Amino acid sequence: MYGFEALTFNIHGGYLEAIVRGHRSGLLTVADYNNLCQCETLDDIKMHLSATEYGPYLQNEPSPLHTTIIVEKCTLKLVDEYKHMLCQATEPLSTFLEYITYGHMIDNVVLIVTGTLHERDVQELLEKCHPLGMFDSIATLAVAQNMRELYRLVLVDTPLAPYFSECITSEDLDDMNIEIMRNTLYKAYLEDFYKFCQKLGGATAEIMSDLLAFEADRRAVNITINSIGTELTRDDRRKLYSNFGLLYPYGHEELAVCEDIDQVRAVMEKYPPYQSIFAKMSYGESQMLDKAFYEEEVKRLCLAFEQQFHYAVFFAYMRLREQEIRNLMWISECVAQNQKSRIHDSVVYMF
Amino acid sequence: MDHLRSEKMSFIQLIMPVESAHRAISYLGELGMLQFKDLNDDKSPFQRTFVNQVKRCGEMSRKLRFFSDQISKAGVTSSACPAFQPGISLEELEVQLAEHEAELLEMNTNSEELRRAYNELLEFKLVLLKAGRLLGSSRNHEIPAERELDENVYSKEKDQESLSLLDQETLSEMSNKAGLRFISGIICKSKALIFERMLFRTTRGNMFFNQAPAEEHVMDPVSGEMVEKIVFVVFFSGEQAKTKILKICEAFGANCYPVPEDTNKQRQMTHEVSSRLSELEATLDAGIRHRNNALASIGSQLWKWTIMVRKEKAVYDTLNMLSFDVTKKCLIGEGWCPIFAKPQIKDALQHATIDSNSQVGIIFHVMDAIESPPTYYRTNRFSHAFQEIIDAYGFVSETVEKIILYMHFCSGQYI
Repeated sequence: MYGFEALTFNIHGGYLEAIVRGHRSGLLTVADYNNLCQCETLDDIKMHLSATEYGPYLQNEPSPLHTTIIVEKCTLKLVDEYKHMLCQATEPLSTFLEYITYGHMIDNVVLIVTGTLHERDVQELLEKCHPLGMFDSIATLAVAQNMRELYRLVLVDTPLAPYFSECITSEDLDDMNIEIMRNTLYKAYLEDFYKFCQKLGGATAEIMSDLLAFEADRRAVNITINSIGTELTRDDRRKLYSNFGLLYPYGHEELAVCEDIDQVRAVMEKYPPYQSIFAKMSYGESQMLDKAFYEEEVKRLCLAFEQQFHYAVFFAYMRLREQEIRNLMWISECVAQNQKSRIHDSVVYMF
Repeated sequence: MDHLRSEKMSFIQLIMPVESAHRAISYLGELGMLQFKDLNDDKSPFQRTFVNQVKRCGEMSRKLRFFSDQISKAGVTSSACPAFQPGISLEELEVQLAEHEAELLEMNTNSEELRRAYNELLEFKLVLLKAGRLLGSSRNHEIPAERELDENVYSKEKDQESLSLLDQETLSEMSNKAGLRFISGIICKSKALIFERMLFRTTRGNMFFNQAPAEEHVMDPVSGEMVEKIVFVVFFSGEQAKTKILKICEAFGANCYPVPEDTNKQRQMTHEVSSRLSELEATLDAGIRHRNNALASIGSQLWKWTIMVRKEKAVYDTLNMLSFDVTKKCLIGEGWCPIFAKPQIKDALQHATIDSNSQVGIIFHVMDAIESPPTYYRTNRFSHAFQEIIDAYGFVSETVEKIILYMHFCSGQYI
């Protein structure tokens, strides 16, 4: 029954909810970001981070640091925390936690397939993959030559198998098809995740529906903007939109026929939550759109922590950590390349 | 009674000239009777005065951690500090540590290369040993009735023919034709099952996979652990299948080694490889011995160095808490100390002034404070344990009677 989770949630989920809230309190605050933005070198950044929860992960790195090392170690921390939570979780929380990583799996698959297409070394590509999305036979993706083989050889064993039914074609893999494959897989994944959350019911369903709907809408807008001017037909574009979310179905109809950004803006301004996002941008500008979307996402993710006894806190925590790692990467890059003036362009503050 | 309450504290201020500051703080640290207040609270870590020294200490302690890591990995036990060695200063220590680290890293890289070459030869030898047997057993079956290899037969094909792919007679024919070829190699045991499945799928079942566990464990150069490996032989036909199989081997990190079909040649190769292996082993052993010697010499002094670096870092952290008055070139510190310790503190400061040959003495005077003092209990080695137990439950403020300690002390007799 919705409203009575307090009676039974803590039996199975209490420990992990406490853990995740503890982790959340260790996220970097505005004061930390201010200090980091004032750093002159990467060593200063390392010194600052050693006072935060990232300390044990960075303390053994020798002095000439690289931004990639910082990002790698911070991601390692996230992976450790995730694995700890996963091995302590019971059903259905463990399935929920696994769902969170499928997005990364899709990204890794696409990375390797694209890399193989451009004749890169497999080991090198494996190192660039996100650790949360690794699975056993990922290296064999390099052998596949078309999508059917991809599915038959490798993906049939992975959790991504059911998402493939919509996109098996016999066409060869090229850049355009890979992008379409990525978006089709992601659409199927989001819909599956949505259905799973609805099945869980209660506060989880309510909060996750809101977060996933925002994700679906954001992807719809990004797909539209990225496919303006490419060969993607309107029908193909419409097939890539998810079948839930605020924009479904009427917004999708309108987005499918958009040919430039101003038309997109006109469509989005009819929906109040997105109107505020688009109001921040002046006409014809699309670089700030990413940051505006991130800010909106972070706002909603922080709100997820206001309620207790649901699983959305885990999803929110993982996303917030990823955003934090993105922030750290941006700050490190700006510091390393001496472009401190642009630091504030892309850092999204959380608390 | 005095021992029922915490000590009376007083708030003091120290003004010390820069030359004697470092020494004064280290002597006060040895005494352990003064708690400094952080006067630079609002400053970020890298705006503080002694930030560079703190960074250097951090770097040195990282090197020391690296050494202790290497020592424990190599399993070297070192004796305690051998002879009396004069104390060395921080700068000399820094230089020494940098040298040792460079030396150790170089030795590690060299031995890693040697180890990689050694592993390849070792794997080749294992493959030769086992593959010879696997090849032989696959070829000696002239009689169709012998179904020894049944369990390894994959009889499914795409078009559902029930033809057993490895009719024994056809095998001995095929191996003489150019069509049937094989690839032999070695792979980690953990990946063997997925590897086999992948090969089966890629070649649509048109292959035969035979495997046998390797005799010895091979050391993985990256992680430094011994891994179990499996020797495998894949029989297949066709050029496309070969490229696919090679790609899959590469993807799974399986190393392929060519094994000649003729048993004489196999024996010859095994002989060659064994001799090269023993040469490499000798070189590798020498390298390891050299490295272990270096590690042992570091290890005997490691503890001393660690303590020294820790002390220095603590001193600099404390110095960062003092406020630096640029005009008068002195450091001002404020803190709490128990009243009974005041003469000891004064003594320590006196020593510091003398030892650092400073003209100006350190000024020490008591101030009034608004905030309440921290709690301090004077304990000896016996009562220290009980105090720790009580502290685990929480610190009490100064004026509360600590009858709890008394009760615990009495009940401790029943434990």
